[in-house]
Amino acid sequence: MREEISDMSEDDETGERARWAPDLSKNRSDDSDSGPGPPIGDSPPPFSDQILENVLENVLEFLTSRRDRNSASAVCRSWYRAEAQTRRELFIGNCYAVAPHRAVERFQSIKSVVLKGKPRFADFNLVPFGWGAHFEPWVKSFGAAYRHLERICLKRMSVTDKDLTIIAESFPLFKDLTLICCEGFSTFGLAVIAERCRHLRVLDLIEDYLEDEDDEVVDWISRFPETTTSLESLVFDCVSCPFNFDALERLVARSPSLQRLRVNHHVALEQLRRLMARAPQLTHLGTGTFRSGAGFGEVDPNLDLVSAFGASRSLVCLSGFREIEPEFLPAIYPICANLTSLNFSFANLTAEELNPVIRRCHNLQTFWVLDSVGDEGLQAVAETCRDLRELRVFPLDPSEDSDSSVSDIGLQFISEGCRKLRSILYFCQRMTNAAVVAMSKNCPDLVVFRLCIMGRHLPDRITGEPMDAGFRAIVMNCKKLTRLSVSGLLTDKAFEYIGCYGKLIRTLSVAFAGDSDGGLRYVLEGCTRLQKLEIRDSPFGDASLISGLPFYYNMRFLWMSSCNLSMRGCKEVARNKPNLVVEVIRDGVEEEEEEEIEAVEKLYLYRSLAGARTDAPAFVKIL
Amino acid sequence: MSVETERSSTESDVSGLDYEETALTLGIPGGARVAGAELERKRGFSKTVDLTSRIGTSEDRSDESPDTNTAGSAKAPAPKARVVGWPPVRNYRKNALKSSNKYVKVAVDGAPYLRKVDLEAYGGYEELLSSLQEMFSCFTIRNYPNEERKLVDPIHGTEYVPTYEDKDGDWMLVGDVPWKMFVDACKRLRLMKSSEATNLGLILNYLIFELKRRSSACFIYVFPLSFLFV
Repeated sequence: MREEISDMSEDDETGERARWAPDLSKNRSDDSDSGPGPPIGDSPPPFSDQILENVLENVLEFLTSRRDRNSASAVCRSWYRAEAQTRRELFIGNCYAVAPHRAVERFQSIKSVVLKGKPRFADFNLVPFGWGAHFEPWVKSFGAAYRHLERICLKRMSVTDKDLTIIAESFPLFKDLTLICCEGFSTFGLAVIAERCRHLRVLDLIEDYLEDEDDEVVDWISRFPETTTSLESLVFDCVSCPFNFDALERLVARSPSLQRLRVNHHVALEQLRRLMARAPQLTHLGTGTFRSGAGFGEVDPNLDLVSAFGASRSLVCLSGFREIEPEFLPAIYPICANLTSLNFSFANLTAEELNPVIRRCHNLQTFWVLDSVGDEGLQAVAETCRDLRELRVFPLDPSEDSDSSVSDIGLQFISEGCRKLRSILYFCQRMTNAAVVAMSKNCPDLVVFRLCIMGRHLPDRITGEPMDAGFRAIVMNCKKLTRLSVSGLLTDKAFEYIGCYGKLIRTLSVAFAGDSDGGLRYVLEGCTRLQKLEIRDSPFGDASLISGLPFYYNMRFLWMSSCNLSMRGCKEVARNKPNLVVEVIRDGVEEEEEEEIEAVEKLYLYRSLAGARTDAPAFVKIL
Repeated sequence: MSVETERSSTESDVSGLDYEETALTLGIPGGARVAGAELERKRGFSKTVDLTSRIGTSEDRSDESPDTNTAGSAKAPAPKARVVGWPPVRNYRKNALKSSNKYVKVAVDGAPYLRKVDLEAYGGYEELLSSLQEMFSCFTIRNYPNEERKLVDPIHGTEYVPTYEDKDGDWMLVGDVPWKMFVDACKRLRLMKSSEATNLGLILNYLIFELKRRSSACFIYVFPLSFLFV
């Protein structure tokens, strides 16, 4: 996985709340713009100032941090202009926070765009299909304005084949297309990109959903130019349809710069071996499956596989391993010591099967795994991977009443062994406050703590108490914490602690927690750096929603679903805060309903310079 | 541990079967009964196949027939109504883990090579057997008058009995559990010569007994082993 991209939620660099006090005349948003600026279309500066601006531009070229640029643009008009001229990367955390034409008017020399669309809970089917986040208006604006655009990175956007065609046609220097959790396109669009973007270096498709009909799949791999390509990264494990393997093998052979290759599950070990032979310089490899082909009378792949891995001395990141046949794992032993990142989260392995591999991975920093390895498997991880920074433990059976083999015991092991841990995502069914407290003390560097106790409202499995104490320890002891996801039985007390101690938290996810409005109030008033708040199935009502009025401008968004909100409360928010867009989303509504339902099932509110969007479907009501 | 005992108690509660009724003996088959099925007469292999494929489909409609319980519903005492999007696992991951094909190796006694089959590709035992027949094309499926089916090598006349290794490493006869359960439990297949199977007949009997005890399916019925004694 691309650690630098896959967790794009860790993208904010905003300063304290006080700096971003809303100023309606100046019209700014934290996401796309920088600080307050002059209205568009003011007269050009005097000559001497122009020289100074030119000098300034040369200096500002070196400024890359978004936060620094925002600060620079706030100094004065001259600096504002100079910064706008020299900004090369445009980051827009909410595609509805600003209109495309505004962004394009202010920043005229953009080479790289990062654009995010739907709220994160869309990943869990909470946002109905057709809600929005269409890339089309953006790509049209960019196409007209940014001839030198080289990179586009989209997350949770709706992207059509037509949009991909516009990319291919509009940007002659285009190099990097990264699509994460997007939908709406198909292999047809991929073919257009492959064929026409002659300078393509990166084509990364990460957890997208492609719209291919079985009989309309296009052989996009064959469309890459026949000459040597400049491909550095080709990631398509989410493209679920079969592809032309021979064409891929030839493509890899003529792509000497290729460093990252992740194939889909239509590749068996015999084929993988051939790919690896073509690209011994790979640093990141996604194996697709990890089983031999179904034929009989095959040459034993083991021998060649061993030598293939043995020859790939540059490999630092391995993933894939779907449908794993563990007897082939010894083939990767030679490179385990080189690995910094290993993703076994699609491999159903027992602790016994994991053990010989993990015992060799002393340098691992990122490890994703299924809970099938159990607490015992995690113990092996803890004992070996002393340098681990990121751990994710996913459920093999992602259902609420499944049996999970990992528990507080595994968490305890990890906390004791992996002291440098910065980021953890842990799915389980049984947890104790003691283990969470232990982690808070043993791993003070934690920046991301996401615990998902899958059974709803489950208390500490030993004491029977709520999980308040554990999360209290996390926010108290982990002083660098910026992202938190809570679960288990939680009272308002837990939120009081979070509000009191979680001063750096930017992203907070809450589900099935809390007792009353007080819980949400604590968070809104206490977490001064809060940017993204997503809540579901918690008893927070209008009073708590309204209590957050002073703070919503400083946040990117608030999502609340299946809480106790009503139209009265939401309308009051909309009335009071004109620069907030308040969306009420209803399920299964085709036409406008005559009578309004008072209860609000889903609320999505976000600050915006663009006002109410014009592309909202019928089931979205903007107040 | 605690989950298992819970399972077994709900088993007998829901199935309505007494322990004695399901106890296996070495006596003449025909005395055993299956909840919800017709009264027993001597059943050949194909009959068990038919039965399981019927029950296999009714598993999915488990609310229709409360007797035919499956592992999933017997687990939790009172399953809550499912909520959308909880636990928060992305669809990509759910689909990838769910649709992992169930490839198992197939070994044939006396043959030097292995084949692989994808159990997920078959709807039931019938399809599997037909596919095996095609694969090891020297076999034909011989139909006995009493509708028993075995895989037979026509040249030598040896009969093969399909067996499989389950998750616990035990060798079972193919066809004695519902199809879905079989797909889940089967790690590999072995077409065993009948003569060998005879020797294992008693062991297999015991193994079926063990399977019934351990598993959550409540309708393990007696598999007529009489044909093994030919």
